[in-house]
Amino acid sequence: MIQVENLRKAFGKVRAVDGVSFTARDGEITGLLGPNGAGKTTTLRMLYTLMRPDAGRVLVDGIDAAADPLAVRRRLGVLPDARGLYKRLSARENIDYFAALQGVPGAEGARRREALIEVLEMRDFADRRAEGYSQGQRVKTAIARALVHDPRNVLLDEPTNGLDVMATRRMREFMRALRAEGRCVLFSSHIMQEVAQLCDRIVVIARGRVVAEESPEALRRQTGESNLEDAFVKIIGSGEGLAA
Amino acid sequence: MNVPLVVLLKEVRESLRDRRTLINALITGPLIAPLMFVMILNVVISRQLGQAEGPLELPVIGASYAPNLLEALRQQGFAPQPPVADPIAAVRARDAVAVLRIPADFGKSWEQGDPAQVELYYDASRRDEQQPVNRLKQMLERYSRLNGAMRLVARGLSPALSTPVVVAERDQSTPRSRAGALFSILPYFFVLTVFIGGMYLAIDLTAGERERQSLEPLFVNPVARWRILLGKIGAICIFSVMSLLICVTAFTVAGRLIPTEKLGMDLSLGPLFALEVLVLMLPLVLLLAALQTLVAAFSRSYREAQTYLGILMLVPALPSVLLSVLPVKTVPWMYAVPLLGQQVGITELIMGGAVTMAEVATCLLCGFAVAALTLAVTASVYGSERLAISA
Ligand SMILES: Nc1ncnc2c1ncn2[C@@H]1O[C@H](COP(=O)(O)OP(=O)(O)OP(=O)(O)O)[C@@H](O)[C@H]1O
Ligand SMILES: [Mg+2]
Repeated sequence: MIQVENLRKAFGKVRAVDGVSFTARDGEITGLLGPNGAGKTTTLRMLYTLMRPDAGRVLVDGIDAAADPLAVRRRLGVLPDARGLYKRLSARENIDYFAALQGVPGAEGARRREALIEVLEMRDFADRRAEGYSQGQRVKTAIARALVHDPRNVLLDEPTNGLDVMATRRMREFMRALRAEGRCVLFSSHIMQEVAQLCDRIVVIARGRVVAEESPEALRRQTGESNLEDAFVKIIGSGEGLAA
Repeated sequence: MNVPLVVLLKEVRESLRDRRTLINALITGPLIAPLMFVMILNVVISRQLGQAEGPLELPVIGASYAPNLLEALRQQGFAPQPPVADPIAAVRARDAVAVLRIPADFGKSWEQGDPAQVELYYDASRRDEQQPVNRLKQMLERYSRLNGAMRLVARGLSPALSTPVVVAERDQSTPRSRAGALFSILPYFFVLTVFIGGMYLAIDLTAGERERQSLEPLFVNPVARWRILLGKIGAICIFSVMSLLICVTAFTVAGRLIPTEKLGMDLSLGPLFALEVLVLMLPLVLLLAALQTLVAAFSRSYREAQTYLGILMLVPALPSVLLSVLPVKTVPWMYAVPLLGQQVGITELIMGGAVTMAEVATCLLCGFAVAALTLAVTASVYGSERLAISA
């Protein structure tokens, strides 16, 4: 479970995150929805302790991220905004490197690696060097290495970015499978259809603030709009930056 | 498994797959210097030998005015060349190293017993070309002295009267120290090799990793950043030590290819020398790895890091250049200054002097202390928030 309380982060004059609070529960998919520049990536970066918040608190499974960042990172599987692979290593070697850094014992790591390669359908390219991977192959490898230590909480920053329709569908299925395993899944997106289809809870962010935190149905009820797209536009206050 | 070791093994493995890094660290870096060195030395040596032993060929203007003088010079190994129109222009344009001009009234002055003048045109600022000039001067001198003595004898006086003081030269240079003067640039080559051997790795592992967007995912792992840094530094050190090993070995081999014995020098670039160089260089290996990583962490891109490190590469040349321009006496504190310590230590070794245990200890202790300090600074930069953000 991930609890976020009143997070703030400014870069000079830009208040990227300006008092964000929400909770992402185990066995649920929580979507962080917002237009470009809303502060999604910055919020996630504070969750996985890459950035220190100016104010506010992050609790992962009850552990304070500021007090024990290593313990928090151990409980997180993260697909960051930056998903560079090591081009001179194969997908398997990329995954093994992260397994070793996570402290996963060799045999256990190999078992997890093969399971992920199976689920993510990576067999065809798993032994090829990452140089020249397609966008989809890169994302799959990045996800596999992020989950190799079997984390309870999964953070995905725009996981379907750059994927084609089929790959996007499979990614969604994969996220549902993670939920079915009882994990806490938190992902960011600016695509409302995706969020609506997947999420148990939606946290809508605009200009660094949470403007709504509801289930998709509640959102529709609250705004009185039957069409989700219209509901979002109404909440954010403008149609700016949102793709259908 | 131990985190720094995991990082180190992965970085070494990945770098071994990179042809550019390999070529730079294992071929260009360590071998260019010895190769250049052998070539330069061979040219220098054969030129010096040629100048010292071959016939001395210089243009002479007015040779017909002093046939006896010319004949005497010829017997000393002088080979007069056809005259040039303008001696000053010829020397300025480097068409001739020097030009000898004999005035038309040479014979008249000689007959009358006045000092007969000859003119020697040359450029004293060209220090490497003074040997032929000096040779000719000596030949003329000898001719003058001989004839002076004969004139005294003809008047019934002892030639000794005209030489009240005689200088007996006692050159204290030994063959080994003469070799050392030639080899004083060697320490810089070793430093340069370490620098180049680690440079591409240092850039790649920090600036490159950030540019390729893999630093952020790496830092998401639950390990302290300084441990990751240690692994990376270790990988850089492994490559720069490999470079240095190849370089030192190449010099040991190259030492045999240089015809130093023709100059009456002897070099001991043997295994012991190689080992001593390696030990003295160890602190620099760590210091440079930390420094290069620090620069790479500050740079915004791979290219920027390359530019900065290209400039930084010239810094280690300073002690070499300074010491060759202002040859000062080696004093103990010099061993305490990284770079300078290696410079004087290795120079001392080449010159056949001994470096004491205390001096080696000073060099290592101070070197490692400075390296540790640099490493601490690098670690604090590695801990900063902005390092991981690629965009
Ligand atoms: N490292 C940084 N330095 C300066 N400004 C930053 C930095 N990171 C983010 N910002 C600014 O903070 C704001 C929020 O950025 P953020 O990347 O969190 O948005 P986002 O919701 O992830 O957008 P997108 O959908 O485009 O990925 C933006 O105005 C951005 O310019
Ligand atoms: Mg983003």
